[in-house]
Amino acid sequence: MVPVQWYLLLAAVLFGVGLVGVLIKRNALIVMMCIELMLNAANLTFLAFARQQGNIGGHAIAFFVIAVAAAEAAVGLAIVIAIYRTTGSVNVDDVRELREEG
Amino acid sequence: MTQTTGKLLGWILGTALAIGFVVVMGQLAIGPAAQSMVPAPATSAGLTEVLFYVLAGVTIAGAAGVALSHNILYSAIGLLMALLGAGSLYVFLSADFLAVAQLLIYIGGVLVLVLFAVMLTNRITEITVSNTSLGLWGGLMLFVAVAPVLLAVALVTPWATITPAAAAHTTETIGDALLSRWLLPFEVASLVLLASLVGAVAIARKEIKAD
Repeated sequence: MVPVQWYLLLAAVLFGVGLVGVLIKRNALIVMMCIELMLNAANLTFLAFARQQGNIGGHAIAFFVIAVAAAEAAVGLAIVIAIYRTTGSVNVDDVRELREEG
Repeated sequence: MTQTTGKLLGWILGTALAIGFVVVMGQLAIGPAAQSMVPAPATSAGLTEVLFYVLAGVTIAGAAGVALSHNILYSAIGLLMALLGAGSLYVFLSADFLAVAQLLIYIGGVLVLVLFAVMLTNRITEITVSNTSLGLWGGLMLFVAVAPVLLAVALVTPWATITPAAAAHTTETIGDALLSRWLLPFEVASLVLLASLVGAVAIARKEIKAD
């Protein structure tokens, strides 16, 4: 049986990679993919602890995380498509109409 | 030609470095700690661990592909690999129901949605233009700043361990838990899904003027 620390290590690396991707990529779609990666890392942690503690609550929370991720993907991709239709770009740095000048 | 070879070498080197990093960190810190905490059953050490290493490698390689690839389609394929690897690891965590849910919702739903958005927003021939990235060094430094902290927390904390139960069918218990202990979050999640469905349609549709 693989000890729980291995899963925590894997989840930490996965979260780190996702965080780096969010910060260095300027394409909104890839930013969303990296957010999915971070959510998966959190899920992995929940499930590792759920197995370790023999507790079903981790499974329930991971299930909710998946549901929220699906909702986030649907709304986020709709927003990305709407922005693309308006500005012709999916670069997150180009979308700053609401930002104060200066 | 040499550039492609160099790039390929870089990718292979990077993946090997990532996997080696995890393995070395694990060996370094888990080795004595895990043996003192859990009397590891020596019989089941073989196939499960090898499969865990392989799946962890697939997951991390996929994640690195998402975060570092220059082609957005490769990023989508990397996301597929990462999600598949993580979903397979759920099976090892005796979470069979969530593994199936991951397969259906993430790979069947979210990934297809992402691919549709990729196709809708990028002209495939101009892929490299649409996928610039900021400085890799900043990202690398951020990774160096974040990952070791999480790793140290995972390794140093003396997690209270009990002997994990053998793999059982979790679907029935999850169903019971969702409709008793987690009933309110369950209903709220259904509301969230409904609202996001309506919201996504409302945002993404084309405005049709009446006049």
